Amino acid sequence: MGVYSKLVLDECIQIGINSVFIVSIVSTFIGAVTCVQTAYNLVSPLVPLTIIAVIVRDSTILELAPTITCVVLSGKVGSNIAGGLGTMRITEQIDALEVMGINSSSYLVLPKVLASMITFPMLVILAGFLSIYGGYIAGTAADIITPEDYISGLRSDFKPFSITFALIKSVVFAFLISTISSFKGYYTAGGALEVGQASTAAVTNSCIAVLAADFLLAQLLL
Amino acid sequence: MIEIKNIQKTFGERTILSGISGKFLPGDTSLIIGGSGTGKSVLLKCMIGLIKPEEGQVLYDGRDFLTGDEDTQKAIRREMGVLFQGGALFDSKTVLENVRFPLDMLTNMPTSEKMERAQFCLQRVGLENAADRMPSEISGGMKKRVGIARAIVMNPKYLFCDEPNSGLDPLTSIKIDELIREITDEFKITTVVITHDMNSMMEIGEKIMFLYQGKKMWEGTSSTITQSNVAELNEFIYANKLLRDTKA
Repeated sequence: MGVYSKLVLDECIQIGINSVFIVSIVSTFIGAVTCVQTAYNLVSPLVPLTIIAVIVRDSTILELAPTITCVVLSGKVGSNIAGGLGTMRITEQIDALEVMGINSSSYLVLPKVLASMITFPMLVILAGFLSIYGGYIAGTAADIITPEDYISGLRSDFKPFSITFALIKSVVFAFLISTISSFKGYYTAGGALEVGQASTAAVTNSCIAVLAADFLLAQLLL
Repeated sequence: MIEIKNIQKTFGERTILSGISGKFLPGDTSLIIGGSGTGKSVLLKCMIGLIKPEEGQVLYDGRDFLTGDEDTQKAIRREMGVLFQGGALFDSKTVLENVRFPLDMLTNMPTSEKMERAQFCLQRVGLENAADRMPSEISGGMKKRVGIARAIVMNPKYLFCDEPNSGLDPLTSIKIDELIREITDEFKITTVVITHDMNSMMEIGEKIMFLYQGKKMWEGTSSTITQSNVAELNEFIYANKLLRDTKA
């Protein structure tokens, strides 16, 4: 296996697999809360209960799974990337690569960007499933909705483009988070304090970029 | 041979290096000495291509490193080994992987040959038993030795060491100095060491260049350094109480 393929694979594990736990927890609870709060707001007996599942499904696929997952990942992955690269910069590891004649940005940054763009859509798919499942568990356990109504709601008036839209968003967010965080980390100058500042700036800037891109993509594609 | 000609470097309005020239011969351990902030590390970074000076030339056996084409620069870089101040070992790799890294990235050698070469270099610096340890698990002196092993793994013609004794106890410092001298003699490398350690200066300084406020103030050998009439150099050398007492 080539050096770069191995690096991308390692980064996929670091960025993707190591984020499965946090993504699972966050998305399951978000689905559950969405279901409970939607039910709380539906007081009219004229509105069928299946609408709860429709709302959980659409809000999950269109917004919660891609955007909330990526905001969470911008904290976890973004700070990890910026902190790692910043530490490498201040401890002269990046200089060591340059002196050897290795293109440090291509060696260090490219695998992170590629791995993010590969794993983020997978994490978003997982988040989507778990969020909807979280809604199912909460709805049925709290006697808000019957399993049959929930599944019927999930199946009604489904637009497949929602999935495409969520995946497009996840790839764009992955690119933004990994490049912004890499930039902040790679150009760190100073010491440990500056590494911390770079990590904070990476997370803040990534979050803002994700939310701005979210709005732009919604305007462009929906 | 490495030759530097009229190296000038400024950061903003501040002149860091002002017209530094000199020659570093194969098989010699040449020292660049001076107090903190005199431009030693900047000069080293100019020589290894991490900083581009405004003016001047760095010639490696006649090949201009700064203005040469990409192939020339690449070829020169492959002949260079650098020991950074903190070792600059890759945190995510074991000691052996760190040493093997340049071979993995820059050569097409078979894996067995790479392993053999990396293990030879580790053995040469006395760390064959630490091959599987992570950089966080070894001491500062061991990190420097791993850094030396990594620097020599590609059989370099030029070895640069940036403050190899910083942060080390006197005994470990002497061991590192001896190792640098032995390697220089053994492989006939052109070695340039940046230091402000007086022990190193007397132990391994076959040729010494003294920098003061970005200028070359004195050049000579360890045997002539104590006879210099340069006030700044004498002030630097005799800042050490032991040497001051010896002189008195």
